[in-house]
Amino acid sequence: MIADAATVIAPVKARRSAFERRKLVFPWILLAPTLFIIAAVVIYPMIYSVYVSFTPFNLLRPETFAFDASRMFRNYERLLEDDVFITAFFRTIIFMAVTVNLEYVIALGLSQLIARVTWGQGLIRTLLMIPMMFAPVLVGFQYAWFFNATVGLVNNALMSIGLMTTPKAWLVDIPTGIFSIGLASMWMNIPVTTIILLAGTLSLPSEVYEAAEVDGASAWQQFRKITMPLLQPFVLIALTVRSLDVGRAYDIVRIMTDGGPANRTEVVWTYVGEMAIQNSRFGLASAMSMVSVIVGILFTLYLFRQLMKSRVVQ
Amino acid sequence: MLTHAVRPHGRSRQAIYNLVAFAILTLGALPAVWIIFTAFRPASEVNTTPPVWIPQQITLDAFASLFGLNPNYAAGVPVGDYLRNSMITAALSTGFALAFGTMGGYAFSRFEFKGHRVVFLLIMLSRAVPGIALSLPLFLLLRNFGLVDTVHGLAFVYVAVNIPFTVWLMDGFFRQIPRDLDESAYIDGCGYWTAFWRVDLPLALPGMAAAGIFAFLAAWNEYQLASLLTRTPAAKTFPVGLYDFTSQFTVDWRGMCAMSVLMMIPAILFVIGTQRSMVRGLTFGAIKG
Repeated sequence: MIADAATVIAPVKARRSAFERRKLVFPWILLAPTLFIIAAVVIYPMIYSVYVSFTPFNLLRPETFAFDASRMFRNYERLLEDDVFITAFFRTIIFMAVTVNLEYVIALGLSQLIARVTWGQGLIRTLLMIPMMFAPVLVGFQYAWFFNATVGLVNNALMSIGLMTTPKAWLVDIPTGIFSIGLASMWMNIPVTTIILLAGTLSLPSEVYEAAEVDGASAWQQFRKITMPLLQPFVLIALTVRSLDVGRAYDIVRIMTDGGPANRTEVVWTYVGEMAIQNSRFGLASAMSMVSVIVGILFTLYLFRQLMKSRVVQ
Repeated sequence: MLTHAVRPHGRSRQAIYNLVAFAILTLGALPAVWIIFTAFRPASEVNTTPPVWIPQQITLDAFASLFGLNPNYAAGVPVGDYLRNSMITAALSTGFALAFGTMGGYAFSRFEFKGHRVVFLLIMLSRAVPGIALSLPLFLLLRNFGLVDTVHGLAFVYVAVNIPFTVWLMDGFFRQIPRDLDESAYIDGCGYWTAFWRVDLPLALPGMAAAGIFAFLAAWNEYQLASLLTRTPAAKTFPVGLYDFTSQFTVDWRGMCAMSVLMMIPAILFVIGTQRSMVRGLTFGAIKG
């Protein structure tokens, strides 16, 4: 007996379509735990903060949690009038621009140098990675100690060599306070940037360099015309990762100076922390963090687009 | 290792490159060396004027007093508790972040479902929010469940902190695995779970190891959230515990250095273990998207 074609195909078809239908569901099953946790730990607190930023909520006075439409923008008006916040906001941006770019220039030089080293590559990478073993908290305490006015190694060393006669309050004075923080932050992060750029340099195709060599291009020309353009995607990754990190800077500043003295080294997030935790002014702190998070997200989106563009070119 | 990006140079010029590179990197490592030296010095050598550059005597005093083994010092800092808490929160959160992040990364690498771009972006952007902005609402949320000042509460929060990077890395790793393998598994009658579990997951194990190391260190070093969500030795981790060495007027710098050295052990093991593959590994998932 010859089977009717339809009776054979129908179950196969049914199986096929069930399989196709499950294809729509399966990725969501995979993502369910991730989305649940992010909703609980990031999205819920953000929604909560958005609400609170429109109320005068003070943690010590629960009745201030109530929403009053006539005064909903009060916190946002207040932060625009707050000179400390505005200064901290721009200080953060300048701090980010300066440290990230300095880091990048130093890391670029180091990566080109390390790529040319012929012996002890293992040792040299270990040396390079030593600062990466330190948690940001450790780096903060360590540099707070080095720059300490009374027992710090920097004063101590400079005075025993005779370069200085009276101790300097590095973390208190302007502008050495923010410089010291920048130095600590750069010390910790130059290795990461260097490794990204070194990985990029080592992955560049050798044929291009051989061809340039034959054409008589100088080392500088090769660097400008070959290395730099081909390294572009790696540079963007390094700059993206680092800018986002520095934009969120908190640990090192909190430990070295806590934004002080008198807000001299305040960055956005130490000020938000101070408002929310020390002063209990959660409404105002939320408005400040909303403004900063939105600026941060816009900046992230911009960097991601640049990154995606350079990926396409690759 | 001579690389192809490098032209052959004269011997003397090469020697200069080598020397300059070693000089710069040694100089850069000196602040770290100072911390490690201080942890092993006798108390009399700390903060002297002029500084004692090379330790004249090596001692484990500072470590002994950390663990309360030194009869001359009272054990003021519950290092054992902090060690336990740090281990539990880092291990728990790494385990869950790795499991969930690997599933998530697989979803993005294999399925072009509706809205996958938006969801991916949402997960990545969740990392753009600093811990301090989340800490207060999270404190109030955890309080409702009685999870403030517990290692489980902190570990739960760290899972979310670590998931975005894990998803990103694993997405990159899964994309390296040829899709034909899944297709042939489907033809052989495998369901989606079986193909994921039996075919792709075993091949992605090196990637999971890398992602796991990053997650572990991130949790181990985290300070912002821990400083608000933990209060007592029942849940405080190393980064928060470092503050115990500071009092209003004095700081026990040697004790702090000793605890820093303890705290660095996982990172030291990580650097020793991955120093060779690090340069390749860091950009592995990143470039070949």
